[in-house]
Amino acid sequence: MVRAINRKLLRDLYALKGQVAAISVVVGSGIMVLILAATILDSVSLSRDRFYHTHNFAHIFSNLTRAPEIVFQRLEEIPNIAALETRIQAQVRLAVPDFEEPVRGKILSLPDGEQPLVNRLYLRLGDLPEPGKPGQVVISEPLAEAHALKPGDELEAIIRGRLETLTITGVALSPEFIYQLGHGDLIPDYERYGILWMNRRELAAAYDMEGAFNSVVLTLQAGANQEMIKDALDEILGPYGSVGAFSREDQISHRFLQDELDQLRVMAIILPAIFLGVAAFLLNVLINRIINTQRQQIAVLKAFGYANSEIGLHYGFFAGLIVIIGSILGVLFGLWAAGGLVGLYAEYFRFPELSFRLQPEIVTLAVAIALTAAMLGVFKAVAGAVRSPPAEAMRPPMPERFSRGWFDLPFWNRILDQPSRIILRNLSRRRFKSLMSVLGIALSGALLLLGSYQFGSVNHMLDTQYRLVQKMDIHLVFTDIVPERAGTELLVLPGVHFAEAYRSVPVRIIHERIDYRTSIMGMEKDPALRGILDQNHAPVSLPPEGLVLTGYLAEYLGASPGDLLQVEILEGHRMTLTMELAGVVYEPIGVGAYMERRALNRIMREGPAISGAWLLTDQTRHHELFQRLWESPAIAGIGIIPRAEANIRQYIEDTVLIFMGVLLIMAGSIAFAVIYNNARIAFSERERELATLRVLGFTRVEIAWILIGEIFIITLAAIPLGWLLGTGFAYAVNQAISTDLFRLPFVLDREVFAFSAAGVLVATLLSVGLISRRLRRLNMVLALKTE
Amino acid sequence: MRRQNNAGPPVFEVRGLTKTYTMGEVIIHALRGVDMELFARELVVLLGASGSGKSTLLNILGGLDSAGGGEVKYQDQSLTHAGEKALTEYRRNHVGFVFQFYNLISSLTARENVAIVTEISNDPMTPEEALALVGLEDRMDHFPAQLSGGEQQRVAIARAVAKRPLVLMCDEPTGALDSRTGIRVLEAIEYINEQLGTTTVVITHNEVISRMAHRIIRISDGRIARGEENPSRLPARDLKW
Ligand SMILES: Nc1ncnc2c1ncn2[C@@H]1O[C@H](COP(=O)(O)OP(=O)(O)O)[C@@H](O)[C@H]1O
Ligand SMILES: [Mg+2]
Repeated sequence: MVRAINRKLLRDLYALKGQVAAISVVVGSGIMVLILAATILDSVSLSRDRFYHTHNFAHIFSNLTRAPEIVFQRLEEIPNIAALETRIQAQVRLAVPDFEEPVRGKILSLPDGEQPLVNRLYLRLGDLPEPGKPGQVVISEPLAEAHALKPGDELEAIIRGRLETLTITGVALSPEFIYQLGHGDLIPDYERYGILWMNRRELAAAYDMEGAFNSVVLTLQAGANQEMIKDALDEILGPYGSVGAFSREDQISHRFLQDELDQLRVMAIILPAIFLGVAAFLLNVLINRIINTQRQQIAVLKAFGYANSEIGLHYGFFAGLIVIIGSILGVLFGLWAAGGLVGLYAEYFRFPELSFRLQPEIVTLAVAIALTAAMLGVFKAVAGAVRSPPAEAMRPPMPERFSRGWFDLPFWNRILDQPSRIILRNLSRRRFKSLMSVLGIALSGALLLLGSYQFGSVNHMLDTQYRLVQKMDIHLVFTDIVPERAGTELLVLPGVHFAEAYRSVPVRIIHERIDYRTSIMGMEKDPALRGILDQNHAPVSLPPEGLVLTGYLAEYLGASPGDLLQVEILEGHRMTLTMELAGVVYEPIGVGAYMERRALNRIMREGPAISGAWLLTDQTRHHELFQRLWESPAIAGIGIIPRAEANIRQYIEDTVLIFMGVLLIMAGSIAFAVIYNNARIAFSERERELATLRVLGFTRVEIAWILIGEIFIITLAAIPLGWLLGTGFAYAVNQAISTDLFRLPFVLDREVFAFSAAGVLVATLLSVGLISRRLRRLNMVLALKTE
Repeated sequence: MRRQNNAGPPVFEVRGLTKTYTMGEVIIHALRGVDMELFARELVVLLGASGSGKSTLLNILGGLDSAGGGEVKYQDQSLTHAGEKALTEYRRNHVGFVFQFYNLISSLTARENVAIVTEISNDPMTPEEALALVGLEDRMDHFPAQLSGGEQQRVAIARAVAKRPLVLMCDEPTGALDSRTGIRVLEAIEYINEQLGTTTVVITHNEVISRMAHRIIRISDGRIARGEENPSRLPARDLKW
């Protein structure tokens, strides 16, 4: 049997269904983001940890030029190593049947016919290459999927200028390539980049690495000191061209994964905090209002012997029920969205299995947080209600107390009419509530601004990168350093309109104990195909001498123009030079060092040599061009720039837009819930006054203004505050995600502000529309009937 | 104190007025055919038990509610066929209303509560004049919460008469007050009626109050039971209950 008091609860809920729904949506949004972020966080980090653990993901990596296998014995003597593997890695070019564009690849050695000790493969299909059988490879799963390749299929590869036909024996995943990213890319391109594994003996033969290795990976024993082991490795491998051992934090796949998890963690905290905070405020306002209108009912219940605790619980339940409704919505939508989002993650992060599970702890935690927020919101109101003695509550309420405000100065007296005065007094009487409403709406405006800022600035970044910086459409990397004239020979290739050569030298730049590994690009003084930009995105010329760095890198190194930098050349004859930082340039993606090409040739003590080129080509002749490039043994890699751009834009569409869409919907729901609740409560509080004014001869429009004017004043105050908060959010996000990988420009177009304001205004108009319906139905006689 | 009875044409003419409310399955006949007239300058007390239809009648006369059937004429204008706009205009410039529960705007001071009406009507007195009529010239800058019930009701009367209405409708104006304050309020109403010549209708279920009327109309069960002149009027100050 439902007790009468509980039936009252359900009826109250039903009578306030509009507000209950609005608050539930805000609670639900908070819980949804929390569940979404927490579930994915859990699922991705769990899958990652499991994969790392079961497949012995290395803790430390070191790449070198070439060391004889005998060095392995010295490496083995380093204490606290659990497992260590030496291996060979190399770049390859691939030709995939029925795919005319060039495919780049990285090929790694496997101990003949066996799984490596470190970075073991997860074989999805087929087997490892058989020992002694030439031409067998395992390929990475994304590459296999992108081209529908399976064990038994064949691939053509150019390994060190020699064409070989490879037979696929298996399809695999590796903990080393969960995020499978080509060199210099930001976004995986599974069609044009892949990983291959081959028996070591064969790869060594192909690469002239017999009895030698150029890569070391190792795992540590528990409690090992990473720094000491890295130092030991560097000491042993330095003479063999090691550029320094690095740990997981600098391993590209791990780093991307970690960045993603960090972002999710921030999202899991900040967004739910905003939503649940707003929900607590709305509940507080609503419960206060209910308790005010039900003072007499409370008194009657108390007179009949209901205890304070029972009455307190009653209203506590009321708030609790709203939270529960919101939680159910949030959990359902959260899980549904998590399912979809996990699919998206599985596309970019390749695990043997990325399953997601409903974690009762997370749901419980989410609901508990929401309930706590709600109870904090209603506690005071409920406590006040149950404390007042029944007799007091039975008396009709006194008129609300008002006092004069700043607008009662003579100046305002002349220009304010009474309805405006009513609006201002109502706002200033409930100063706290008004401020919180302004804040709540401003927060949603801020989220709207943040969303549209991110969208705009990502586009801005890509536009800069692909219109102003990378103006070429093909990027060629040569196998060897060749004389300058090889560049002009490119012009005879089919469809090539223009070619510009560069010289690239791998270096380590050091400034006051901070160092960074990159390449110096030697280019024309005013390159035609590669923009060098200043802060204002205007092209600048390279100085005849000295080094120019990306601003971000200069800042990272703590160097400013005029400072001297140590530059360690990591090619050919190792040497360290001192160079002056001649200037800083702006570019949104990646970081680099630039020099006039001939100046670079001079410090390399070589003639006018080049190591790669950029082309401007005729798209319609790409088929022929790729055919010719494929046949040329001098080409180590071919990059198609418009492809890379399309890939990034696709990725943005897939991910950023989804996040933004969710953000926009939720921000909109906050704005609407706050405004509508305010308006609805203001309406019920003022209903009687508004009816009185109708009796006194005010028209509907005139009384509507009293309510709507209040809403508009709150909205108008909230919009600029939202801009301010949003700008702060945008700046914080901008700082947080600026890395050497890419930097979003901090540009806030007028559209961004307009969008935020428009979002808030739409929510306002919607609420005003709903309230106007009530105003139209306002019945003077009924409103004035009872007190 | 002299007044000519039934002088001139009636201000209100009510013929066969009915009003029903539907409450779920039940139909309530609040008015079952009311015929009556109200004349210029008279003070009429509408007397009847609770639920007899007094408020319903007054609300229709005041343009707050629509008639069910029959005809209500104000001067030569039909209220029964008036549209929303005409009714608003009618309330704005012609009728003053006083309720049992004052219904002041709590965020406005006494002066501002009156000003809110004078700002929108055609030929109002100043808020100060109106408040002086009810003896509240020294409470003008108080908010409702700072006024006693009787004072609040007098502000309500000032607000109702500030537009110089032809009629003043008072629905149980003393219902929420003790007798001493009630009498102060009735004195104010009486004073307005005499000074401004406003046709005044006072609703009450209190027989005593009817003794201040020029004319008493008894209403019972939605019908006019009896209308009678009151030859032995008492000034409000001499009433006792
Ligand atoms: N809005 C309404 N809905 C339903 N019934 C109503 C409504 N207003 C009044 N009534 C009914 O009409 C009758 C007359 O009411 P009313 O005019 O308020 O009486 P009085 O003012 O004389 O006490 C009563 O029975 C009352 O219950
Ligand atoms: Mg009544």
